Order: sequence, then structure tokens, then C-alpha cells
Amino acid sequence: MTYAPDAPAAVPAARSAPVAPGVPGPPPATPPAARGAWAGGWSRLRAEATTEPGRLLILGAVLAALVVVFGAVTAYEVSDRAAAADDVVSRSQPLSADAADIYRSLADADTAAAGGFLAGAQEPADVRERYERDITTASRLLIKAAANTDGSSRSARDIATLNEHLPRYTGLVERARAANRQGLPLGGAYLRYANQQMSTHLLPAAERLYEAETARLDQDDRSARGWPFLSLALGVVVVAALLRAQRRTYLRTNRVFNRGLLAATVASTVMLLWLAAGHTLARAGLNEARAHGQDSLKVLNEARINSLKARANENLTVVARGAVLTADGKRDKYETEYGTGMGKLSAALAEAGRLADDSAGGGPVADAVQRVEEWKKRHEDARDTDDAGDYEGALAKVIGVEDSTGESFDQVDAALKKALAHEQGEFTRAAEDGRGALTGLPVGAGALAVVGAAGAIMGINRRLSEYR
Amino acid sequence: MKGDDDTHAGPAPGQAGRARRGAMRGAGRLRGWGGVAAMAAACGLTAALTLVPLSRADLGSSAMSGAGSALGATAGTCQDPEASLPPSSGDGPSIDAIKARGKLVVGVDQNSYRWGYRDPATGRLEGFDIDLARAIAEDILGSRDAIIFRAVPTNQRIAALENGTVDLVVRTMTINCARAAQVAFSTAYFQAGQQVLAPEDSPVKGYDASLKGKRVCSAEGSTAYEALEKNSFGATFKDEHDGEDGDEDIHTVPNQLDCLVRLQMGEVDAVVTDNALAAGQAAQDPAVELKGKPFTTEFYGVAAKLGNDDLVRRVNQVLVEYRAGAWMRAYDTWLRPVLPGITGPPAPKYRTG
Repeated sequence: MTYAPDAPAAVPAARSAPVAPGVPGPPPATPPAARGAWAGGWSRLRAEATTEPGRLLILGAVLAALVVVFGAVTAYEVSDRAAAADDVVSRSQPLSADAADIYRSLADADTAAAGGFLAGAQEPADVRERYERDITTASRLLIKAAANTDGSSRSARDIATLNEHLPRYTGLVERARAANRQGLPLGGAYLRYANQQMSTHLLPAAERLYEAETARLDQDDRSARGWPFLSLALGVVVVAALLRAQRRTYLRTNRVFNRGLLAATVASTVMLLWLAAGHTLARAGLNEARAHGQDSLKVLNEARINSLKARANENLTVVARGAVLTADGKRDKYETEYGTGMGKLSAALAEAGRLADDSAGGGPVADAVQRVEEWKKRHEDARDTDDAGDYEGALAKVIGVEDSTGESFDQVDAALKKALAHEQGEFTRAAEDGRGALTGLPVGAGALAVVGAAGAIMGINRRLSEYR
Repeated sequence: MKGDDDTHAGPAPGQAGRARRGAMRGAGRLRGWGGVAAMAAACGLTAALTLVPLSRADLGSSAMSGAGSALGATAGTCQDPEASLPPSSGDGPSIDAIKARGKLVVGVDQNSYRWGYRDPATGRLEGFDIDLARAIAEDILGSRDAIIFRAVPTNQRIAALENGTVDLVVRTMTINCARAAQVAFSTAYFQAGQQVLAPEDSPVKGYDASLKGKRVCSAEGSTAYEALEKNSFGATFKDEHDGEDGDEDIHTVPNQLDCLVRLQMGEVDAVVTDNALAAGQAAQDPAVELKGKPFTTEFYGVAAKLGNDDLVRRVNQVLVEYRAGAWMRAYDTWLRPVLPGITGPPAPKYRTG
């Protein structure tokens, strides 16, 4: 109560100081005096508004304030978008890619485990290494994801689920291995159990994590691309106000230029154009990153995941020998799921081919499409061999080194990896361009605002001085 | 004929007439019977009927129990399910079809250690059942390798025969009246019994009150499950979503070997399965053992599709010769180490008239 009226009172008092030198500053401690100064200040202001110097004084203050507000709002809105663009490039997109990689690593580990089982007691070294690498990658990326996730979010729960079940899964696989080495069929039972854990706990959690991270990416992307309407509107208002002030000066004095006001107008116009151009460029970059990078990455990740699922099911078809049936008991469960996975893979590849915008991106996709066709043919061949009773022959056609479906799968995977790397590069480049378009804009807006405000005050002061 | 339909009908609604029928045969397939009333009816009937003690009179009375006695007997029509068609080496439509194909398709298991299992070192299927299946292929087609093995889950053995996926099932399949109404069995080629398997230091002592409050695992559609459904001594032996999409596969699993996994993981306390299979499990884990005595006496038979009489007679003919020498050799190779003390194959019984 004592100080509240005091503080605002200081502003008009200070501003009015140059034109009313006789009036002392407000007496600090006594409330009645302060109220008097406050009331007096306003009444003086009203009184001055009827005189030209008073009007000029108010005009100068308003113009300067408008320019400063324009600069501040621009700096704020642009910083916000720049931060979002930065999140897109350096945080949410990498995290989304990591989540896809977690899923891929887990599915790949499961595939490798089943493949190693099929190969016999002596697991091939490269299959074993592949499994180890997948588990290491998944563990490492999980820690990274956990560090970047709010502890109470849904993603945090999924990460917890993954962290909980991954060691259980590896434990089961090791048990399967140990039993296998001893020549016991128990190993196969453990492998089935491990696969069940993978497909009922780990993969669904990894899928949810990927979806959440991708949703976060979309959100950051939207925030970064949102038009800074307030800044733009303020910019237009400021420039219009400055032009109007100059016209007023011109009409009253017949002087074409008021240097101060001109400087303020130029500064504000530059700021407005910079803002519009910078944001347009940033949007263009992010749009391109989205259209040519992220959308492609999405379908390519989907393709890769489905090729993995199909491969795992293909392996399990041979492992289970028809022992696991669909819920209606009519078809082989793994063979059916292989078909589903291959269907989704083909659909995703067709979409990826449509999205690929250059030969560097389209080449690997076309390669993958061709390999998938070959894979399907080889699979049919292996199935026919198995159905004809030649299990060993079929096995060789599934896990053999050459001319096997395993070879096709590896080729598809390599092609998809290449396509993913390309699209990831496209995304990063475009998104970084977008982010780069906003660089310096917040600082520049602040600097220009200071220049503009100073220009406005100086320009008005110059007119004022003519009244002294 | 109604029995055939029941196989696929899945969980039967708790109709009174059905309950009675179900209590006597194939109750195990009627999983998902939520109805306490139906269960009570089944148990009550089981106790009240006191049917012909299984099928053989030579059962030790200690091995008998109310639950076990109901297995495999349908009042009136099925007195002696082990009695099969007399042997013959003549051909017929189903044998002609196999010869035209050039391969015998046999449903087997690849998880029953020493019976039918995939040797992880070679990837080949091996075991007592596998040897028998090969002997049948050799007799019909002249080659032990003119054979296609299909792994069949326990609860799909009958369906696989009915829809023609396989010609024969040689897969530790117990002959009983319920099944004999749906498939044609050969003569018995092995005698087994249900038994409890648990860790050595477990308080579970056998198929008795020591199971109360314990978690027990069995294979879906197995005779062990049917026995538990009749009398579980207060043990938990069902999953919440049995036979549905979200089946937990903890207490009831596709294969008896999956039970050993659940036991080792500490998810169940005991396993009920055939002693022949349980011995195979114990051979893979020295920390578990068979508990108590077998509480049923069961016979394994080769199953064919109902009506394929020529094939059944042919299999019986093969078994006549098999019993004479090959049987003992196969026993020595596969089973003696884990199931010692068996002196020979069960004698065949043939249907008269």
C-alpha cells in the first residue's frame, strides 16, 4: 500500500522531467505526497496532451515502447521456435530413431537366437555376435532413452518394462543355449518361452516407446513450424505507426525526413522482414525434413521391423515344425505371421518407393523390393521342400549361407539400412537448415529493437528541442 | 458321432446332458468350463459311477483313485478301448493313398526327450516313437526315410488326423474311450501312467493332498489335464485365459516339456504328466524327481483317422513283428536309461467280432 502507487508514479514523473523541470521528483516516503504526484502526473499528462510538445512526448514514448515490445515478443517467439527446431534436430528425432533402433535390435536378437538354435549345438560365431551386438545396442539405447524421459511419463513405464524384461529374456536364451549344448530338447522349450516373452512383453513396450517418441517429434516439429503471429502483427503495427508519425511530422514541418524516425522505421522493417523470411525458411527446411526425411524414415523403419518379424517367424516355422497353430487351430501360426509380416513389408516398401525423391533414396528401396520378391520365391521353395518331407533340405534353404531365405533377408536388411541412412541424412540436413534459418534472429531482434527505440526517441527529441 | 463334433466345439456350454457326457470322456478338451455347477456334476458322477476300473484288471489298487478310474471309459459302448482291429498286411484305400504319395506323414512330438525329440546337435528327430514310425514307413513304403514328420501339439493330435494333416499320430498318445470315439487306435505299444514330478525337496509327495494350494502344470488336452480337472486336490492348474487369445501359458502349456521350463522358472510347483514323459523331464534336470506312484495305468497307441481300417490293421501287423525284437532294441536305446525295469511290450488285444 505504501509503495505500490509509488513505483508507477516514477515513470510518468521521470518522463515528464525534461518538459517540466520545475516539478521535483516524487517525495519518496510520504504516501499522501506520492498520491499527489501520481494524480498530479496524470493530470499534467492530460494537460500536456493538449499542447504539441506534450503530444510529441507521448508519441515518442509510445513509439519507443512499441518497438521495444516488438523486439521482445519477436525474440521470445523466435527463441521458442528455435528451441523447438533444435529439439527436433538434436533431441526428439534422434530419440525417435533410437526407439526404432531399440525395437529393431530386440527383434533382431530374437531372430538371431532362433537362427542359432536351428544351426545346431554349435552356434555359428557370426549369429552369436549378431545377438550380442543387438542386446548391447538395445541396453545402451535404453539408458539413453531413460535419461531423456520424464520419470512419470508413459514412456518411462515402457522403458522400465523393457529394462525389467531384457535381462529375463537374455537369461532364458542363455538357458536355452546351455540345454542345447547338452543335447537336451529342453533348449527348444526355453527358446519358445524366450520368444513368448519377447513378443508379449518386450516388443510391445518397444513399439509403444517408438510411437511416443515419434509423437513427441511431431509435437516439437509443429511447435517449431507454428507462425509467430503476434510478432508479425506487432511488426506491422510498429512499422505503420512509425510511418504515420513521420507523415505527421512531414505535414506539420514540411520536412521529408526525420533521421531518428527513419532509422527506427528501417530497423523495424528489417526486423519484420528478417522474421518473416527466417521463419519461412525455417518452415521450408522443417517441411522438407518432414516430407523427405521423417515420413520416409517412418515407413522404412516399419519395413525393417516387418522384415525382421517375418524372418523371425520364418525361423520359428522351421523350429516348431507345425507344433504351434493359430487360435482357430487350422494353420501354422508362424507361417501365417510370416505372411502377415511380408505383406506389411511389401506395403511399406511401396510407400517408401513413392516417398523416395531422388535416386540415392530410391535405389536402395528398389533393391529391397527386388530382394523381397526373391525372398518370397525362396520361401515358397523351402516350404515346398519341407512339405515334401525333406526337412534338412528345407532347413538349408532357410538358414544356409547361399541362395537361402536368410541371405535374402540379410540383403533386404542391408538395403533398408542404406535407405534409412540416406533418409536420416536428408532429414538432418533439411532440419538443420531450418534450424539455421532462425540463428541470430532473437539476438538480432533485441539489437534492432534497441536501435529502433533509440531512433524513435531521438527523432521525437529532435522535434521537441525545437520547442525549447 | 456327436463325439466327433465335440472335439472342435471347444468349450461346451454347461448343459446338464453334456456335463454327464463330458465327465466321462474328453473333459480335458472342454477347457473354459467356467461353470462350477458343471464341474461339480462331473466330479459327482465320476465318484458315483465307479466305472470299470480303467481297462485292465491288473491295476494295483494303490494306483487307483476315483479320478483316475473315470478316464477312458464310456458306459455301455466302450469297455475295452485297447482292443483294436486284427492285424493284416493287406492294402486298402488309405494305404493306396500313402503309396501314391510315396511318403508317410506322421504326427510326432519334438519335445519329448527319448520319445520324439529334436537332437539339438544334429537337428534330427530321434526317439522311441520316431523309431516306431520309421518301422511303419519301412513296412508300407519300403524305406525308413519315406516319411514326413509333422510336429503336432498335444491338443491338436485328433484334429490333425481328422483334417488329414497327418496319416498317423505316433506321439505318446494314450488310448482311452473318449479318444477312441474320435480316432482309430492301433494295439497298445507301451504301458505308462500319470505321475507327479516336482523338485526333490518339494513338499509335494505325489498325486495326493500335498498338492493342496500348489500350482500344477500340465499340457493342454492331455490326460494329465483331464485327471486334474476331475480331482486337483485343491491345486491351481488353470490359466485365466485358457483357450483364449491372451492365454498366459503358465499352468496349461502346449507341450509337457514347457512344464519343466515353468517348473525351473519357479512359476509352478509341480508337473503332472505321463511317467514315461516325466522320466524324460527328470533326465534333463537332476534336481527334479518323480513323486509317489503312477496314479493311472495307460497305454500308448498309434492313432489313425477314424474309418481308415486298412491302415490300422497294417499298423497292428507291423506291431506284431515290432514286439518280437525291434521293440526291445528301441527300449534299450532310448528308454532303459530313464525308465528302467520294463521287461517287454504290453500284449496286444484284438476286437472280437
